[in-house]
Amino acid sequence: MEEIVENFAAEEVKPPVASVGVMGWVKENLFKGWFNSFLTVVILYLLFKVIPSIFEWMFIDSVWSTTGEGCREAAGACWSVITDNLRFIIFGFYPYDQQWRPLIAMFLLFGLLFYSRNRKHWNRHLAYGWLFGLFAMGLLMRGGMFGLSTVESTKWGGLPLTLLLSVFGLTAAYPLGVILALGRQSKMPAIKILCVVYIELIRGVPLISLLFMGSIIFPLFLPEGITIDKIVRAQVAIILFTAAYIAEVVRGGLQGMSRGQYEAAESLGLSYYLTMRLVILPQALKIVIPPTVSILISAFKDTSLVAIIALFDLLRTTQTVLSHPKWMGFSPEAYLFIAILYFLGCFSMANYGRKLEKELSTEY
Amino acid sequence: MFALSSASIEKIPFWLDPKKRSIIAQVVVLIMFGLLAWYLVSTTLGNLGKQGIATGFGFLDRESAFEIGESLIPYSAADTYARALLVGVLNTLRVALVGIVLTIILGAFIGIARLSGNWLVSKLAGIYIEVMQDIPVLLQLFFWYAIFYGMLPSPRQALNPIKGLFLCNRGMIFAVPQLHPSHKYIFLAFILGCVLVYFLRHWAISHQARTGKALPVFKISVIILVGFPLLTWVAFGAPTHMDHPKLHGFNFKGGVTLSPEFMALLLGLVLYTAAFVAEVVRAGIQSVGKGQREAAMSIGLKPGQVLPLVILPQALRVITPPLTSQMLNLTKNSSLAVAIGYPDFVSVANTTINQTGQSIEGVALIMAVYLIFSLSTSAFMNWYNKRVALVER
Repeated sequence: MEEIVENFAAEEVKPPVASVGVMGWVKENLFKGWFNSFLTVVILYLLFKVIPSIFEWMFIDSVWSTTGEGCREAAGACWSVITDNLRFIIFGFYPYDQQWRPLIAMFLLFGLLFYSRNRKHWNRHLAYGWLFGLFAMGLLMRGGMFGLSTVESTKWGGLPLTLLLSVFGLTAAYPLGVILALGRQSKMPAIKILCVVYIELIRGVPLISLLFMGSIIFPLFLPEGITIDKIVRAQVAIILFTAAYIAEVVRGGLQGMSRGQYEAAESLGLSYYLTMRLVILPQALKIVIPPTVSILISAFKDTSLVAIIALFDLLRTTQTVLSHPKWMGFSPEAYLFIAILYFLGCFSMANYGRKLEKELSTEY
Repeated sequence: MFALSSASIEKIPFWLDPKKRSIIAQVVVLIMFGLLAWYLVSTTLGNLGKQGIATGFGFLDRESAFEIGESLIPYSAADTYARALLVGVLNTLRVALVGIVLTIILGAFIGIARLSGNWLVSKLAGIYIEVMQDIPVLLQLFFWYAIFYGMLPSPRQALNPIKGLFLCNRGMIFAVPQLHPSHKYIFLAFILGCVLVYFLRHWAISHQARTGKALPVFKISVIILVGFPLLTWVAFGAPTHMDHPKLHGFNFKGGVTLSPEFMALLLGLVLYTAAFVAEVVRAGIQSVGKGQREAAMSIGLKPGQVLPLVILPQALRVITPPLTSQMLNLTKNSSLAVAIGYPDFVSVANTTINQTGQSIEGVALIMAVYLIFSLSTSAFMNWYNKRVALVER
């Protein structure tokens, strides 16, 4: 009997030719029913119309290393606006002959980030490595020691500034957000109310109002004679803003913990601090990785808002180039270029988040 | 109760008693908070006094002395700051409301496309979502503004893709029906239709409960909502006169003009937020289990009934909260208008701050207005959520 069944399965009933292989895939995924076939044909036609002309504009008719005048004669994209101004777009007003310093600082940052990607490398040495690395980056940027000339922070700009605001913004906002979330879950009414008011207040207003506050109101808070760097003020605004959003995400994770976890920790005699550190937070923070990553991506994108309060971040340096009469009118090319930079940043963060989620997942 | 309790409690030092400790911690935090607040207020007042900056909202009644590019209500530089700020609020609401409607439509469309069985459609929607989410919205606004303001020709060479619509660096200008006394009545007829549909729906539900017969409510509603205004229009002799824009010197006269700033802001916000809404819609539809559809089919509902009667009501419950927060995001992001020169509330408030120097009041006003938007929306959504929430028995 079994043999008959096996033979039957193996020989007699083969899937129809049209449902396997390339043809089968095409039929199943592109031409299933008249509506799908219609959609496929229309989209293919549109792609056929659009893609070659975009390709032509971007690569065939484009110019890569001309002056502004040369660009006006070209039929395609003017990538010269980027190649000609690359160093200004990337480094802003940083002294031209010193620009190797932020470059090395950025490579140091990328190297550290790349090395930290692997969770096996997460140990005490890496923490020291980061501390040392951040110190070295600061030293490189600012100078004033080891024969490096001092470069005031007013001259910092471009990609290093964007990265600086992002890295410090994200690393400082995360612990602050966790503390706020714990405060909001606290049983002490005074602390709970303070945290709730803070979180709801910040989440209700746009970031730009906080940046205005940092740039125009904050100096009024300080006694006379004390000034705080403009970059630091924007940085604080970004941290305070992001922390409120992280707090809400973490609260979701805390609420997802079952009572049993708290009770089990209590029955082991753990204090509040140890309960949170060893039992609750490791689980709660893990389940909120996906929303946390999207908050961090938002924060990274939102650093571009400092362009409005006249900090020369990547977006602002690009605009400065475009306001030059020579390069006026080539904004699409320039904006496309920095859009790609931002995209790469966000996309790699999102990918890493997905990877981390998979690695930390304890479900089988 | 227990003999040892009173004796042992006395032995516990106060810093180990959780209750006393919590009170002490709270008092300390409150005192620190109070000290900080007092310090900030006193230094700020001192600084303001030294710099000779006035305090209070007295400036609201003064003459603003600046023009605003576009306004929904009559406004001139001779009006007060309060009116200028009101113009800003209305401009913000205008871009936010139009943006929200367009975003929901586009977002739902892309979200459904993402779930399409057609590989090409689904992949394209996926690429759109990924790319749009990963580019800062401010950069997108600048991009569209550069296109609308810098790339389009001057009014004399305006693009004219369809009759009555012109695209140039002064914005988008299109023909609208010329004002006619019948418009008022057409609008009234539409309102009347809405009221009728509302009662019809109620009656149809109770009718179905009594007799078990379902009325084609949707078809009747469409007929009423379209038919009433149409009949009124025909009754007035079907006026078809259009107010066509005409080139007059260096600009267009007639028709309705949408400024390049408004167009860029609207387009940027809609394209950006729609990517997030699409994800919300996709997740919402996927959250409805496959069994629901099968159950609906097995009790004999037609395919056309399954979506509106079974899938959508359940999906909406999942979609509504994150959709609300996306709508609020769009409203808050509309404050980026200040970067491309659309006179929204933040932009007007910013000008006010620059003129009067009263930055604290200005920023406080900005925050207050957005807080009112957010809190009133959340209050409404909470009420709505309670209404549609699953009632478990």
